[in-house]
Amino acid sequence: MKVVLQNLYKRFPNQTKGGAEVVAVNNFNFEIPDGKLIGLLGPSGCGKSTTLNLISGLEKVSEGKIFFGEDDVTDLPPERRGVGLVFQNYALYPHLTARNNIIFPLQNLKGKDKMTKEAMNAKAEEVARLVQIEPFLDRKPSEMSGGQQQRVAIARALVKVPKVLLLDEPLSNLDARLRLQTREEIRRIQRDTGVTTIFVTHDQEEAMSISDLIVVMKDGIIQQIDKPQNVYDFPVNLFVAKFLGTPPINVFEGEVKGDRLFIGEQDVLEMKNVKDRKVYVGVRPEGFILDENGPLVCDLSAVEVMGRDTSVVSTHPAFTGVTIRSIIDTAENKVDPEAAQVRFSLKPYKVHIFDHETEERIPVEG
Amino acid sequence: MSGKNNLKGWLYLLPAILFLGVFMVYPLVDVIIYSVEEGYNSASQSYKGIGLYNFSYVLHDPYFLQAIKNTFLLVIITVPLSTGIALLISVLLSSIKPLRNLFQTVYFLPYVTNTLAVGLVFMILFKKTPYSDGMINLVIKWFGGGVVDFIEGPYWAKMFVMCFYTIWVVMPFKILILTSALASVNQTYYNAAKVDGTSRGRIFRKITLPMISPMLFYLIITGFIGAFKAYSDEVAIFGTDLNAAGMNTIVGYVYDMLYGNSGGYPSYASAAALILFAIVFTITVINLKISKNNVQY
Repeated sequence: MKVVLQNLYKRFPNQTKGGAEVVAVNNFNFEIPDGKLIGLLGPSGCGKSTTLNLISGLEKVSEGKIFFGEDDVTDLPPERRGVGLVFQNYALYPHLTARNNIIFPLQNLKGKDKMTKEAMNAKAEEVARLVQIEPFLDRKPSEMSGGQQQRVAIARALVKVPKVLLLDEPLSNLDARLRLQTREEIRRIQRDTGVTTIFVTHDQEEAMSISDLIVVMKDGIIQQIDKPQNVYDFPVNLFVAKFLGTPPINVFEGEVKGDRLFIGEQDVLEMKNVKDRKVYVGVRPEGFILDENGPLVCDLSAVEVMGRDTSVVSTHPAFTGVTIRSIIDTAENKVDPEAAQVRFSLKPYKVHIFDHETEERIPVEG
Repeated sequence: MSGKNNLKGWLYLLPAILFLGVFMVYPLVDVIIYSVEEGYNSASQSYKGIGLYNFSYVLHDPYFLQAIKNTFLLVIITVPLSTGIALLISVLLSSIKPLRNLFQTVYFLPYVTNTLAVGLVFMILFKKTPYSDGMINLVIKWFGGGVVDFIEGPYWAKMFVMCFYTIWVVMPFKILILTSALASVNQTYYNAAKVDGTSRGRIFRKITLPMISPMLFYLIITGFIGAFKAYSDEVAIFGTDLNAAGMNTIVGYVYDMLYGNSGGYPSYASAAALILFAIVFTITVINLKISKNNVQY
């Protein structure tokens, strides 16, 4: 089932008197294709959870429309939308066993949809198999690990075969190892069921790794919707560029002058067909090449060997942050840690320039 | 070294042990001793023999049997009713937004009001005098009923006033506890249930009730204990001569045996007190057993 958001707004009245209202969701327009896994990505307070609540129906829309397929669900209460929702803290009923938690939604069915006990149990076991928690069906949530609880919550959301599955920060309560495993699990479950799935996260790595599409949000406004790789390679603005990627992109003060790009006083790249102006220069950590004659001269702070890669930490007067992090293949590592300076040349396609005023990315030809 | 440490430990405990000993253990032991001293004379502080005659006397005393009957009726009627009504009011309170604080204050007022003052108000409401039939009778007359003397009339009318009063007095505390218990149930459980299309009744039965069940059981247990120990409320409504009114309670009986008109019988009072203790103890143990089987997380 595809999901369409049309001119969607959500405004919250300010709690303190006389304060301005808060626009949590500001003019959202996008279509989520059927059967895809979508990541809503943004920093805390950017309105991503609100968006999820609007889709689930737990929050009322201030303006605009929501469609599931061709059906307008804007004014439908949550129970009639046919969504499955997995809460950040899972919201498993602590007094019920996993099995009873999973069949809880089925027991709500009335009239002709009413199911027998056997049918419910069979259904519960079917989804339990899908999320691989069969051995734990008769345990209480308190007797399960975080990852198992998570999967019970997903099973409960899936048991009624929802049109849309919504996951609110599904991995934030898990430890690092379990997070890796669970995100693959979510991807697999989504593929197996084919349910259109929307999940919210503030972790760009999570969003990048499993989403078909990423929606990057900031302050209630959509910044960019695209495939993960495209968002990474072609960020629309400085915010998106900074938000995606670990270690983050390195941003320098720079200038385009006569078809050349300058970082500080150093002429680093050719930049054709770009008007002369002040810019921000973003260089991905992997965009640096060690080069004894390279144009970018940085003061070396440290060399961190991390096995496969080496991270060269340096500073530059035109740099906007504290330290520049560049990732170099260890095999190519020729940096002398005692040296005072390190010189780089840059990979052109890993360098993005952004307008100094609007912070929009300036497209570069070639 | 360890002996010295032990001494120190006991020294720290001394104040508590002293107080507990003087005000708890000694009286308790004394009560047990009194209860088995037959024919105790408080003037000469002498007794004739040791045995269970005091218990037998108390258990055959019609006043005591009346007190037992009254107390049990009071407990059986008021504990479930007051808890149920308090739950209903709390649920309603937590489902409204405007004026919630005002209502909460109103419901809590009886808690900070003096028992005897409240008793006076109930007298005005229920008492029939040569000059007035009382407020309640006025209302009954409006609806075409006959006048009932609630304070000095038939047993059921007096029992009704008693229960009504008790429920009203214990309500605020229960509402206070239950509203905070309801407020502490995580909202996401309700959201999850809503998304799954759970009806309101089912949400209440399957989510709210289990989540607040520890508090409910706490209220039921303390409610039982409190109702078994009822006395001052009775005095507030029916005056000090509860036996004459036929509205005595077990604690009232104990008091009467010690200080009342028929006073001066500490042995009978002790026996009655121990019987009350046995009853309360048994009921509380049963309650705890039941609550353990029902509070499942």
